[in-house]
Amino acid sequence: MAEILKRNKALAVNPLKASQPVGASLAFLGINKAIPMMHGSQGCTAFGKVFFVRHFREPIPLQTTAMDQVSTVMSADENVIEGLRAVCEKSKPALIGLPTTGLSETQGTDIKRLVKEFYAAHPEFAHIPVVPVNTPDFTGCLESGYALAVKATLETMLPLPNPDGTTSHSTKPASGQVAGYLPQAGEGANAKSNVGRRKKQVNVLAGSFLTPGDIEHIKELVETFGLRPLVLPDIGDSLDGHLTEMESSPLTLGGTPVTDIASMGESIATLVLGNSLFDAADFLKEQTGVPDHRFDCLMGLDAVDAFVKALADISGKPVPEKIERQRAQLQDAMVDAHFMLGFMRVAIAADPDLLYGYARLVTEMGGEVVAAVAPARANILQSVAAAQVAIGDLEDLEIAAAKNGAQLVISNSHAVETARRLGVPLLRAGFPQYDLLGGYQRLWVGYRGTRQALFDLANLLVEHGHHETAPYVSIYQRDSKNATPAAGQTH
Amino acid sequence: MQAKDIAELLNEPACEHNKKEKSGCARPKPGATAGGCSFDGAQIALLPIADVAHIVHGPIACAGSSWDNRGTRSSGPTLYRIGMTTDLTEQDVIMGRGEKRLFHAIKQAVDSYSPNAVFVYNTCVPALTGDDIGAVSKAAAEKCGVPVVPVDCAGFYGTKNLGNRIAGEAMFKYVVGTAEPLPVPPESQRPGITVHDVNLIGEYNIAGEFWNVLPLFDELGLRILCTLSGDARFREVQTMHRAEANMVVCAKALLNVARKLQTDYKTPYFEGSFYGVTDTSMAFREFAKLLNDPSLTERTEALIAREEAKINAALDPWREKLRGKRVLLYTGGVKSWSIVSALQDLGLEVVATGTNKSTEEDKARIREIMGDKTRMITDGSPKALLGAVKEYEADILIAGGRNMYTALKARIPFLDINQEREFGYEGYSGMTELARQLALTMQSPVWGAVRKPAPWAKTGVPGVELGA
Repeated sequence: MAEILKRNKALAVNPLKASQPVGASLAFLGINKAIPMMHGSQGCTAFGKVFFVRHFREPIPLQTTAMDQVSTVMSADENVIEGLRAVCEKSKPALIGLPTTGLSETQGTDIKRLVKEFYAAHPEFAHIPVVPVNTPDFTGCLESGYALAVKATLETMLPLPNPDGTTSHSTKPASGQVAGYLPQAGEGANAKSNVGRRKKQVNVLAGSFLTPGDIEHIKELVETFGLRPLVLPDIGDSLDGHLTEMESSPLTLGGTPVTDIASMGESIATLVLGNSLFDAADFLKEQTGVPDHRFDCLMGLDAVDAFVKALADISGKPVPEKIERQRAQLQDAMVDAHFMLGFMRVAIAADPDLLYGYARLVTEMGGEVVAAVAPARANILQSVAAAQVAIGDLEDLEIAAAKNGAQLVISNSHAVETARRLGVPLLRAGFPQYDLLGGYQRLWVGYRGTRQALFDLANLLVEHGHHETAPYVSIYQRDSKNATPAAGQTH
Repeated sequence: MQAKDIAELLNEPACEHNKKEKSGCARPKPGATAGGCSFDGAQIALLPIADVAHIVHGPIACAGSSWDNRGTRSSGPTLYRIGMTTDLTEQDVIMGRGEKRLFHAIKQAVDSYSPNAVFVYNTCVPALTGDDIGAVSKAAAEKCGVPVVPVDCAGFYGTKNLGNRIAGEAMFKYVVGTAEPLPVPPESQRPGITVHDVNLIGEYNIAGEFWNVLPLFDELGLRILCTLSGDARFREVQTMHRAEANMVVCAKALLNVARKLQTDYKTPYFEGSFYGVTDTSMAFREFAKLLNDPSLTERTEALIAREEAKINAALDPWREKLRGKRVLLYTGGVKSWSIVSALQDLGLEVVATGTNKSTEEDKARIREIMGDKTRMITDGSPKALLGAVKEYEADILIAGGRNMYTALKARIPFLDINQEREFGYEGYSGMTELARQLALTMQSPVWGAVRKPAPWAKTGVPGVELGA
């Protein structure tokens, strides 16, 4: 069990963390014809937009309630209602995600009430679900914000059954007058008796550690067993980078169809991918009674074996030969790569689920995780295959990696300079990947994805000549090598 | 920041936007707004000052999504590339520990990185909870013995443009005039050349592009005391008040600095650009005019004649490839005409230009350069831009990075003209790079490939017909 080191300094240097509202927006971007609108100042959205545009190399629909000086001090309630109205009227979305930000949370916004007020003021938009979610950036990270948004989506789309057996939305006011979104599809769709009504439909709750490429592959795997995957959220369909007939759109193009979400209660099983989504999974199971299978990660032979086994069990079908072959290919790659990866010393900085997955992969290959950093706390961290996991930033990673002689860094594009200073190669993973074409699309999971990850790790080490003697600095030169960049620069 | 201070910054007397009805800083519309906030603007304006520790005071969203994000280059220190934030937690907000964390953060930055100064950028949450960053900065400066400059630029104060001005205001209030320039080194004195001190305001050295121009300043005996803020050092900003002439480069937003230098220190200024042969020459002429040195004027004209002859010869082969190509330009304010002139120098035809952020004066200038038939586009939505590309049969869209994927999705060649780009286009020599990039995208075989339907496809081809 890993020891968790608390954050112990005032200044975050070279931050690893991306914020909760950004994470929540990502989840909403995986829903078809949707748009997230952050409740905050316009900068919150502008930064989030650039973050995603540069990572995915895609136009990203994202709006803002544009809080200004007056609304921040007096009240921003009208901004939310006005913003929702503007988006509904202009873009006719199938769903609006409404994550809050540090600004609106500090102000004390009651986002759920505002959604109710919006429906009361604009009954003409009652058919458009709005998913409010509290995601201040002063807590959590991208992964937790994403998970909260997934849960909030389920809460909105799969409302609590009333004691009398009818379905209504939890925001229904006491007067009985409808002032909240009501799911349209399938009367009583989530009554527990409906489990398995769609015999081939399998829910997939997809965690933020999965790339669009990963999700595509997972869908293929599920389909190989004659099952129909219903992925939530499905960034594999919306952010996979494809040219479309439609040249521009103010909404997501692709993703989970909103009408499908209401039918999740009729599925035969749920696959939960990522520890961060277990909370959302609890809700889904509680609400619908659909049995679930949970996975912390899908990288490495054991993890993928468990996943494939579950698919065989659910479908009652044998594992297809194609998948057997992929498994054998991975095994071959593991044999080939163990020469380079055995005893390798790796530093990893990533959101908790990702960190867990890479640490497991490295250790399954005989390597050691000598520095592990996550941006925020999570349950999975204590299971990370490392002696210690620090809650911190890339400076913490750099210091630990230097101290423990790491030979390779796994992290996002911000770690380019970190790796350069350490004099070791970098494998880019997680968010953001600004300087790597196709990073968003890369396949990491399954037998195939794992195999490629192993090849890449091995190639980086070979290319970087990790077998050579480490650099040595003469005792007469240490001052000149260690001079701070700022010194002597005033002129 | 007080409402009256914001109002004063919004009321920039030297800005033409201020003279007509249209305010330069209109209020954002919820649900229909693009563009950054004040914090964004302030950070962009000052981040290139390379030997400063730039600390963002707030929870993670402000720094987390934006650090390590600009194309500016430094010739020396790289401290500005280190991202720093107080990364406020829920407990900090609830318990009011933001100020304390900030104080320790400044100390940690000074202890770890020995910066020549620390800039503290305020953001929405601490502005709302009422952290007094001015007082903390003052106390920390006394404790650490390093200048600490508060930049009060919470996002909800207003637009990115306002943030630029807040940044300029902070520099003027806390930094400019606090040190004297060093004497000119004797070994760089040349007979017959009087050295004149000048400033460039609003020059960001994107992709190192100003280094195309800088050797020419040396040749003419123009010493740049400070570029605000490309490749700048804190010490240089301190000495800006001693310049004899200022140039405002391609950015209305820092006009307040030039105006205040004129009011308080009687330094004259002009607005210009280094994009294109014509404008680069114009900039040198303006300096010679303001400095009123007959020898300088003479040497300037000789330099212009030599450089123009050289670059025209170098551009000839590119002009062959580019002549007659039709450009749709969509970019803000001053750039709408300064880039037009550069493109015309290359023989391209600008069929329409965006004037969303342009002033009446900018528009008059566009008419002057492009003639009366010029189409001006005010709607910058992806749909409108693509519609304009079709309508005007443009071969290429030149715009900011945010529109890049709009163009590429519609299978249209594209050139990025904003801060995030990786190529430098300024000065005479920058023109060859501009020409190369234009030819590279327009002549690429991929456009033909992505427009061709699949052999089995029954429907028509998506995308825009390429101009001839």
